[in-house]
Amino acid sequence: MKEMFAGRDVIRILDFDREELEELFNETDEMLRYKKGKIDILKGKVMALAFFEPSTRTRLSFQTAMLRLGGSVIGFSEVRTTSIAKGETLADTIRMLDSYSDVIVIRHSVEGAARFAAEIAEVPVINAGDGTRHHPTQAMIDLYTIRRNFESIDGLTVGVLGDLKYGRAATSFIYGVSKYRLKKLFLISPPLLKARREVIERLKAQGVNYEETEDLEGIISELDVLYVTRIQKERFPDPTEYEKVKGSYRITASLLKDAKKELIILHPLPRVDEIANEVDRTRHAKYFEQASYGVPLRMALLKLILAGE
Amino acid sequence: MSKSERELIVRKIENGTVIDHIPAGYALHVLKILGISGKEGMRIAIVMNVESKKLGKKDIVKVENIELSEETVNRIALIAPTATINIIRNYKVVMKRKVRIPEVIEGLITCINPRCITNQPREPVTPRFRVISKNPLKIVCEYCETIMEHSEIIRQLIGE
Ligand SMILES: [Zn+2]
Repeated sequence: MKEMFAGRDVIRILDFDREELEELFNETDEMLRYKKGKIDILKGKVMALAFFEPSTRTRLSFQTAMLRLGGSVIGFSEVRTTSIAKGETLADTIRMLDSYSDVIVIRHSVEGAARFAAEIAEVPVINAGDGTRHHPTQAMIDLYTIRRNFESIDGLTVGVLGDLKYGRAATSFIYGVSKYRLKKLFLISPPLLKARREVIERLKAQGVNYEETEDLEGIISELDVLYVTRIQKERFPDPTEYEKVKGSYRITASLLKDAKKELIILHPLPRVDEIANEVDRTRHAKYFEQASYGVPLRMALLKLILAGE
Repeated sequence: MSKSERELIVRKIENGTVIDHIPAGYALHVLKILGISGKEGMRIAIVMNVESKKLGKKDIVKVENIELSEETVNRIALIAPTATINIIRNYKVVMKRKVRIPEVIEGLITCINPRCITNQPREPVTPRFRVISKNPLKIVCEYCETIMEHSEIIRQLIGE
């Protein structure tokens, strides 16, 4: 079974099928036992973090995962202090890390950077976010959280809310959840931030029952899962337009009064004010639980990629 | 088209290339790909909007004393996917081939997404696209997954 992951690049959630995800999730169940402990299965292995774009959560989560597996971590978390600031190409930086490490985790603002890095590096490359495109490990965590809360992802009605155009977490989540036979997928966003064409074309090709809407309130009662992402002010040419939109996509206790009892709310975090604090105390709030799976899932992934070698 | 008409258009060339079955209206684009303005001096015949069994209407371009490189043929395929290339030597068609749209297009086109890795200066990366539809031609960037239409491909190839 291990061959499915051993030595493999993780560039897009699209590249993994349900059987592979199931293997990963089963391994994650195992890793939950070591959430606060240590298991020395990657002793002597080195993970290189190449964070060309700042990140706290994702970077620390990868780092913690590797340390708990007994491996070590090198790398950088901003480019200002590195040779890249002196004009080194991404290609040369990756070649260097490739010679030092057993796996490279890359985050970059340029789209397709992770795929390019994977073409250059001999060691496996994990995409921790490339521009507005992909964030596969986040999608794996999201799917795992749903799986922990429902018997099956098949048959659920799922809503994805926020910036579906530029949001890589939202995009990856849409790709991930579309692998399952959903009852319905709602794509909820202001018109300016609707899902990109390639995403919609893929949903159509897969025969996913989806609907694009601006109206969260109108469909909230149908949802089993609501995936919330942030809408950034910078995306709007007109700031007053942003102010208008912001309010209608804010999750509050009163919005949730029509929701199903079983509804779970997910968020890739960090949040700003798109989910009111009062929601944290409701049974729907699962975003902290979701965040807690970040380390064990990445432990499972690193183990499957590296331990088989 | 009558037989004598076809002879006029296709056969009466001593040496050169006849590009047939060009979608109607695209002959001038094909000439542009060939880098021909008309001032070069060779004899050229351009036939536009004539009847075609296969296409309804089609264009034909006939140029004396040239044979096309593989790269030029590949470019013509992206402009005129239905085209056939006839090489004429001594009044005879010595080779006839259909242009072929490849599954993967490397290097001929650049990605329209400025934030794509293939548009970063100095990175050693060649733009690469997968063909997702041949009719109408539609391609997707293998790096950033941006979809590009035939009109954009034509715009890039003929520089308009
Ligand atoms: Zn691209």
